[in-house]
Amino acid sequence: MTELFGLPLSALLSQLLLGLVNGSFYAILSLGLAVIFGLLNVINFAHGALYMMGAIFAWMGLTYFGINYWVMLVIAPLLVGLFGVIIERLLLRHLYKLDHLYGLLLTFGLTLLIEGFFRSFYGVSGLPYQVPEALQGATNLGFMIMPNYRGWVVVASLVVCLGTWYVIERTKLGALLRAGTENAKLTEAFGVNVPLMVTLTYGFGVALAAFAGVLAAPILQVQPLMGSNLIIVVFAVVVIGGMGSILGSIVTGLGLGVIEGFTKVFYPEASSTVVFVIMAIVLLLRPAGLFGKER
Amino acid sequence: MKLPREFIVYGVLLFITLLLPLLGAYPVFVMKVMCYALFACAFNLLIGFTGLLSFGHAAFLGGAAYAAGHALKVWGLPTELGLLFGVVAGALLGLIMGALAIRRSGIYFSMITLALAQMLYFFFLQATFTGGEDGLQSVPRGKLLGFVNLENDVTLYYVVLAIFVVSFLLIYRTVHSPFGQVLKAIRENEARATSLGYDTARFKLLAFVLSAALAGLAGATKTLVLGFATLTDAHWSTSGLVILMVLVGGMGTMLGPILGAFIVVALENKVGDIGMFLGRTTGIEWFNGLGEAVTIVIGLIFVICVMAFRRGLVGELGAWWSHRRSARAGAAS
Repeated sequence: MTELFGLPLSALLSQLLLGLVNGSFYAILSLGLAVIFGLLNVINFAHGALYMMGAIFAWMGLTYFGINYWVMLVIAPLLVGLFGVIIERLLLRHLYKLDHLYGLLLTFGLTLLIEGFFRSFYGVSGLPYQVPEALQGATNLGFMIMPNYRGWVVVASLVVCLGTWYVIERTKLGALLRAGTENAKLTEAFGVNVPLMVTLTYGFGVALAAFAGVLAAPILQVQPLMGSNLIIVVFAVVVIGGMGSILGSIVTGLGLGVIEGFTKVFYPEASSTVVFVIMAIVLLLRPAGLFGKER
Repeated sequence: MKLPREFIVYGVLLFITLLLPLLGAYPVFVMKVMCYALFACAFNLLIGFTGLLSFGHAAFLGGAAYAAGHALKVWGLPTELGLLFGVVAGALLGLIMGALAIRRSGIYFSMITLALAQMLYFFFLQATFTGGEDGLQSVPRGKLLGFVNLENDVTLYYVVLAIFVVSFLLIYRTVHSPFGQVLKAIRENEARATSLGYDTARFKLLAFVLSAALAGLAGATKTLVLGFATLTDAHWSTSGLVILMVLVGGMGTMLGPILGAFIVVALENKVGDIGMFLGRTTGIEWFNGLGEAVTIVIGLIFVICVMAFRRGLVGELGAWWSHRRSARAGAAS
């Protein structure tokens, strides 16, 4: 068997895959944060809670209504997106003229509300969710054994991330969105319904989070607090990458996931802190972030 | 020299607090409130007077709580040195975190402080000196200066009150000093403060370290009062809680954080009882579990405060007072 750094190559590759899976979640979540921040100037703390809602909805769909994974992969993001639209219309909308920190505080309060709500029903123990039948088992790739579901998570996340990138950077709709990010007033003067665009952008951003939640349901523990530790890591990812570029968020998210995966192999004690250490180093060397512009 | 008028209010409050143990208040509860009030005042120095939203203040409270607990229990240091060690630990953590975080401003500052505090949380979770999930238990109170026995709750009460009053006066003095004026200038318009020749980064860092040191004092004192330090002190939810205290009471007011700390601590202790009461009277079983889900109530207050009471209770009261006074002055002329 081939060895690298004293470890069998296949073990190293399977950690790499695990890192890529986590990195996919970082990428989708930081992408959503970046899109929302671009247009709304709000850092959506509730992103983690809405990711959790996606996962719990998937579990509820299967447990109470017998709706399978594939259908919930569409329905859960739609429901959470709708919930996001309501949040934006009812609450966030009134804070745009104020200091940005109020948006953060509001979404922090919403996080506590949502998590507390689900905790009062389901406690903090993990709810079991089976890997869908079509993706059970593993494939032998010759150099490693790949669990099918993990491969699917990486592929699905990449497709969704690149699709989002394509829509924003290469279509008319995306051009309007970028114009709104650049100068909302002027865009509105050209007859674009910016308030509607803002609402839908928030809905879309949180729907992305819910999509990641459904993807995570079969492999991570489905429980009400699953999003709160994740969101803090995603914040660090966002600080490292900077929120200026869509592709930057995707690359940073995946890259940090992989680094975290390797840290688990070589120095497990540091695996939960390595992202934060990298953030500190980036702040010292390049304060604006790897892909960010100083504003 | 004429004392400012608000000192009458402070004097009355101090007088009541001095009498509380005699009136039958539970000293440990009031001491806990005072510790959190000091924590909130330290936090307010940043958010209210410098305009920096730190989302990582739990790191200083928790870090100093562990440092003081370790010094008192393992090293057997005298009480006053144990507290001092906690303050130094808080200040050092503040220096490191602050130096990194002030490299970015606005919303990024909040995210960086949150991330660094989380890193420290994971460190505490794995380190052996913290006792992991169990925390640091049965920390001795010892004797102050070698002869004041602190095992007596009432004696400790007056010591904690003295710590609180001195810290409060320090914050008051800082806010009303030329240094404090520069901080307020940074809050209002950082670019303009820079153009006036102030090295704003230095001022922000200094304010951050001062705030962290005072938060450390709060954490160290809390360990002394309760006799233990746990992971909860360093968890991000504690950072959220102190934000709520200042938000409810009123950012940038002197008394707001104290009132906010009282409300939030009382709420955390009593929300279970309120839920039981609601469950009994309305017959809805769900209310009985309310104590389990304090976070719902806390989250709800957060949302209401941000949407409707951004000035906080003391801030709203102050605004109402000055509005009434100007209306009267208008009527008189």
